[in-house]
Amino acid sequence: MIRDITLGQYYPGDSLIHRLDARTKIIATLLYLIELFVVNNFYGFLITAAVLFVIIAISKVPLKFIFRGLTAVFLIIAFTFVLNLFMVDGRVLWHWKFLTITYEGLSRAFFMAVRLVLIIIGSSIMTLTTKPVELTDGLEKLLSPFSKIGLPSHEIALMMTIALRFIPTLMEETDKIIKAQQARGADFESGNLFQRAKSLIPILVPLFVSSFRIAQDLALAMEARCYHGGPGRTRMNEIRFDRGDAVAAVLMLLFLAVIIASRFISF
Amino acid sequence: MSISVRNLNYVYNPGMPGETVALNDVSFDVADGTILGIIGHTGSGKSTLLQHLNGLIKPTSGEVYINGECITDGKVKMTDIRRKVGLVFQYPEYQLFEETVRKDVAFGPKNLGLDEEEQEARVKKAIGLVGLDYDEIKDLSPFELSGGMKRRVAIAGVIAMDPKILILDEPTAGLDPSAHRDILAMVRRIHDEMGIILIFVSHNMGDIAEMSDRVMVMSEGRVALEGTPAEVFSQSDRLAEMGLGVPPAREITELIKSKVPQFESEALTIDGAAEDIKKYMEEARG
Repeated sequence: MIRDITLGQYYPGDSLIHRLDARTKIIATLLYLIELFVVNNFYGFLITAAVLFVIIAISKVPLKFIFRGLTAVFLIIAFTFVLNLFMVDGRVLWHWKFLTITYEGLSRAFFMAVRLVLIIIGSSIMTLTTKPVELTDGLEKLLSPFSKIGLPSHEIALMMTIALRFIPTLMEETDKIIKAQQARGADFESGNLFQRAKSLIPILVPLFVSSFRIAQDLALAMEARCYHGGPGRTRMNEIRFDRGDAVAAVLMLLFLAVIIASRFISF
Repeated sequence: MSISVRNLNYVYNPGMPGETVALNDVSFDVADGTILGIIGHTGSGKSTLLQHLNGLIKPTSGEVYINGECITDGKVKMTDIRRKVGLVFQYPEYQLFEETVRKDVAFGPKNLGLDEEEQEARVKKAIGLVGLDYDEIKDLSPFELSGGMKRRVAIAGVIAMDPKILILDEPTAGLDPSAHRDILAMVRRIHDEMGIILIFVSHNMGDIAEMSDRVMVMSEGRVALEGTPAEVFSQSDRLAEMGLGVPPAREITELIKSKVPQFESEALTIDGAAEDIKKYMEEARG
């Protein structure tokens, strides 16, 4: 169950998308996210979905893999949907006691759900096609101009690398702890909300203890290799911005222009 | 109690890039009261197999029978299986979470729905079985104990469920030699006092030879060898092929045999080898 979370996972491959500079992908994803909030009607989403589909096809990441990541956040999507469904005022479609569904609410709920799904798929494309190390290298490079005004860009990037690097480790750890407690008869599936929340304690406490242990080991290992922070560090693989990236950047800007234009399509 | 495993197959991440066959047509039986030692390389499928035995993993295909009852057809209640089959994972001390030792050991019995009195009795007995002093330790935090003691407490947490089958995945991993010996002696004592089936995984051939009634060797998800320690360790060539060795006592006797052709020994344990050497020397002298 816990292995199904693909958010932040890397899918090995050698597609055009995989080969793009991490900086290109980060900026493109940022643009994409902004663009999702520029959209104000379903036509915009249709165009976005089509573009996204083409990108997925080029990246050669199996659709199955992408959708599996979506199931993990299904609850959030469902929650947003329901919340919007009942909370928006307007023309009444259905009414029962204190529950009211309006036409506007229904359309709003779909709108928000689609937006969330597109946000998740779009950003997972970035992490699926970029090695975590490349991603944080790219981020460090992008943030480096700000280090002149005191932003610790190297440290931020390092923290992200470590966080990403340890997601699978901690998931494995969680999996192990869950199983160990299940072997002692722990039950995580039944009971009311309060009981269920309480049943998480046997998982969370060992998980915290493990995290501290892992963090301490890592810090020691880094110090043993004379790690001393940002200035003067060189890297094994320098990232380079080449023609493919230029093409991708132009396409992304074009896409943004189309989306802005789509705001003026009326129903 | 008996265990019967039939044509068990398990595939990790089916249809995904990381697809791996962890178990490949595994079948074996374990009779009541047996101590079964399992050997195998990292990634040979041992841990996956153990998790099938108490229903933590559902097989891709195949069946597991505990005392004749099939636990893989989805009809049995999992709590009933876990009451019968206790599984102690590698580094079990990482699962401790309660404020006191007593509460932590009581976690299993509590989950079984036992009343306070019965819980208390179980906890007392389990802590005694792992060789700790109940009154001395019950109110301590499990996090302030030494590594060896933490492990004992964690094992007590499983024993307190009063299982009829106890499975230990590398119970001595990462312990110093004296804690290592203590844990083995403890495991033996638990087996003898509770009269249960005991399955344990180890990379230490000496421990396996010393403890087990039967030995099973796993390799690449299959059962490569199975039999009494004498049968399994007589096939040193096959073991070497799989990157595994023989008990240290056997290594010594083989070495002596190669230099002293008259010397005979089939011993697998240090004690046995010492006896054979003594006998040979007495004969040679007399």
